[in-house]
Amino acid sequence: MMENKNLVEVQNLQQYFPVAGGKLFEKKVVKAVDNVSFGIKKGETLGLVGESGCGKTTTGRTLLRLYEPTAGKIFFDGEDITKVNMLPYRRKMQIVFQDPYASLDPRMTVGDIIGEAIDIHHLASNKKDRQDQIISVLSTVGLNSEHANRYPHEFSGGQRQRVGIARALAVNPQFIVCDEPVSALDVSIQAQVVNMFEQLQEELGLTYLFIAHDLSIVKHISNRIGVMYLGKMVELADSYELTFHSVHPYTKSLISAIPIADPETSRKSKRIVLEGDVPSPVNPPSGCRFRTRCPYADELCAAQEPEWREVSTGHFAACHHLDKVN
Amino acid sequence: MPKNKLSLQLNVEDFLPASDAEKESLTVMRKSVGFWKDGIRRLKKNKISMISLAVIIVVFILSFLVPQFYPYRYEQQIRGSENLAPMQYSQKELTAMEAGEDVFPHILGTDNLGRDYAIRVMMGSRVSLMVGLIASCIILLIGSLYGSIAGFFGGWVDMIMMRIVDMIYTVPDILIIVLLSVAFDQPLKALSQRPGFQWIQVIGVNLISIFVVFALLYWVGMARIVRSQILILKEQEYVTAARALGASSGHIIKKHLLTNCIGTLIVTTTLQIPSSIFTESFLSFLGLGVAAPMPSLGSLASAALNGLQSYPHRLFAPALMISIIILSFNLLGDGLRDAFDPKLKD
Amino acid sequence: MNEYLVNIENERLSFFTPAGEVKALNDVSLHLREGEVLGIVGESGSGKSVTAYSLMGLTAYPGRLIGGSLQFNGHQIEKMTEKEMRKIRGNEISIIFQDPMTSLNPVYTVGNQITEVVMLHTNKNKQQANERAKELLTLVGINEPDKRLKQYPHELSGGMRQRIMIAIALACEPKLLIADEPTTALDVTIQAQILELMMELKDKLGMAIIMITHDLGVVANMCDRIAVMYAGKVVEYGNTDDIFYNPSHEYTKGLIRSIPKLTEKEHSKLVPIEGSPVDMLNPPAGCPFAPRCRACMKICLREMPPYTDISDIHYSACWLLQKQEYEQAQKGDA
Repeated sequence: MMENKNLVEVQNLQQYFPVAGGKLFEKKVVKAVDNVSFGIKKGETLGLVGESGCGKTTTGRTLLRLYEPTAGKIFFDGEDITKVNMLPYRRKMQIVFQDPYASLDPRMTVGDIIGEAIDIHHLASNKKDRQDQIISVLSTVGLNSEHANRYPHEFSGGQRQRVGIARALAVNPQFIVCDEPVSALDVSIQAQVVNMFEQLQEELGLTYLFIAHDLSIVKHISNRIGVMYLGKMVELADSYELTFHSVHPYTKSLISAIPIADPETSRKSKRIVLEGDVPSPVNPPSGCRFRTRCPYADELCAAQEPEWREVSTGHFAACHHLDKVN
Repeated sequence: MPKNKLSLQLNVEDFLPASDAEKESLTVMRKSVGFWKDGIRRLKKNKISMISLAVIIVVFILSFLVPQFYPYRYEQQIRGSENLAPMQYSQKELTAMEAGEDVFPHILGTDNLGRDYAIRVMMGSRVSLMVGLIASCIILLIGSLYGSIAGFFGGWVDMIMMRIVDMIYTVPDILIIVLLSVAFDQPLKALSQRPGFQWIQVIGVNLISIFVVFALLYWVGMARIVRSQILILKEQEYVTAARALGASSGHIIKKHLLTNCIGTLIVTTTLQIPSSIFTESFLSFLGLGVAAPMPSLGSLASAALNGLQSYPHRLFAPALMISIIILSFNLLGDGLRDAFDPKLKD
Repeated sequence: MNEYLVNIENERLSFFTPAGEVKALNDVSLHLREGEVLGIVGESGSGKSVTAYSLMGLTAYPGRLIGGSLQFNGHQIEKMTEKEMRKIRGNEISIIFQDPMTSLNPVYTVGNQITEVVMLHTNKNKQQANERAKELLTLVGINEPDKRLKQYPHELSGGMRQRIMIAIALACEPKLLIADEPTTALDVTIQAQILELMMELKDKLGMAIIMITHDLGVVANMCDRIAVMYAGKVVEYGNTDDIFYNPSHEYTKGLIRSIPKLTEKEHSKLVPIEGSPVDMLNPPAGCPFAPRCRACMKICLREMPPYTDISDIHYSACWLLQKQEYEQAQKGDA
């Protein structure tokens, strides 16, 4: 069930990375995340989609302060955590990574990997308690005690991802950033893992930020979806609303570009195929960043960044020409 | 389309649903293999490494065990037995043997002071090995600590630490050793008079200077290797995961970075040992090594140069020993690298 | 049969690794006519890429073809020498790979790499080859071809590089283009561009395409026929409509059920396929999908199912179909 207060909130979040090259006194930056604001309610899943270079992964990691934000504020349960010591919050906010091969230390057994989480936060009173907790969280993700003594390389991709989820759950978090958790898995395994995420959310009352580039999966699991492009959020709405009544030209073309696994529908649907390539995040276009590929762009779009406005209840977008587009 | 005609050997029971147990019996997980077991298994398959390991064990037995039982001591000068050829007996010994005494033959003859050469070569190997091992340990400790700090913290810390390393590379080592020997000579002699410090005299000021120089100069190669490993490992996602769990820097270095480096550390140290032995050998050859009468393979070789025409074996024996030791350690190190290198994992 | 451009029958291919024999292809059969698009769908370890590479004679060591017949455009591929294969590669049959960054040579200009293919298979000289290269760049939708010819791969975006790969592949107007996951590494909006381009070119040049992918959406869009592969075997083959609206094999059904559909209005739970992919070093004796199959029968665990026709163009390898036939035969007797 969702409450009204925001469990997690970011305001005007900025993440600029310095970039090598450029003249001597000229500091080049990649504006990976540029002035992004959103809130996630308790028990909700907010999906974050976009293509490469849009900044969605950076947003997720900056939110957890795995990168220190260049500017902006982060709130957890009403408290400003932008500059505090994160250790107590690491129990409440966790992350599941994309690559099940790289996110587990190959030298540690599965039991050790989960035990590490328990040890850092001193969650076990003695050895037996620790072992019990490890087995318990493993069974939550569908693995058993026999698996605890094995090494990551002995498991399949889907199983490793379960270990990653178990590690995040071991500290009993309230909020989990899911950073493309199924992109690296086979299609038949993706469904297993997505179902597990949903089930865990029901059972444990978790709140998710679900980051992915596959809109179909994001729509399936999310209550609301935010669309990002080159470091900016261009649209944010309820999942159903965004899929069927999107207003931003980028969202529309993104949705129409997704191949539908249904031959009849696919033959009937009209494609909006965008021209050109995604611009480089080091040198984003002036004004509205999407204007170089937008069929509706004009001088206003080049001169001024569009405002983030609420176009209908709970539905936000940033575009100068919403009336023309729709 | 190609298809097989219905086989007439089917019966109705075949079409009954299979139970879960029957299905599971087909999905058995492979036997668990840990990192070490896997690596050692690979090492055992490598014949050259196994032979090298055997040779090293033999050398160790010769250097440490055999001298305990050997009838001669390395500093023992036997009057009348000077300059014997291998397996030759002196007058005195022959008379003693006729009298019924058992005289152990001088397998490699004796040197110009009547000291049995075989035991001196064995003791020389012991000194060389110990110097090699101790020096490698010093290098391992200092180098890995320095390298991991530089690699982990990066930024200014890394830059300053690496520039210091660059400067150390330019220092001429032999010069420093000589200078230190001269500088340490008096203070160490004074120190060796004190009770509990007599061993300084036995080892010699020179050797102590060598150890000091190893600790000052030779760790830089290891530091660079460890630093580059740490730089790579630092970016691994499981390190980010540990940070996301709230792990402190120390915890990450200890549990994730160094443990994943161990393979490299073992290999590099194993390859460092012959290098240290060689350094000690040539320093001893130059007269900067252990003090007499303690032999080192290098000093034995150096002393043998004088009588090279008449007693060539006095040079060949220590030289051969050095070669065998260095070659074996190098081959073993190569084998270890192949066995534990994660890139070669199947 | 001569009406087929590609006809693979009972192909068997194994990789003889130090760890054991990996039966990458275990009786694969499929076919394709001129101008058609065949989609090969499967997950990692299914053998879809291995099949395509074997058709071009590009099987990597330690793989070896151990059985079957591979016919392409009148050639018997498995009987051809390397020299004969070289004549048709790039000429009658071309391939584009998944990652354009690693399949383009970083030290040669893009123009150089296109003209290389042209000059290899035709009698054109350097200048004529350059002209042809410019033609091709325009064909694949790259503007300013003069400028682009002189650029290096790293100067171009992912979508552009894939277009260059297509240009290289089409340089000699092949009869068959093999596309091995050509858009998996690309963003969705770029993927749409590339797929549209491929369909346009297919119509223009009348060539056939074998599209290898794990994305059912892509095959629904582009393909006339689909072969579904699992653990080295084609488990189902048919028209696109057959596969999506009348799937027969449990794996195909499972795949379709397990992908979230963007267009569905109600939130329904995904129905995943239980279990994990097959360990190719130790495949089960019978049907490779048996341990994960909801309808698994005793015989499935013991013996490999034969192909059963469902219609003229739709067949599947499943004991359930054999069971149906068996039961009908029984009824017929009774």
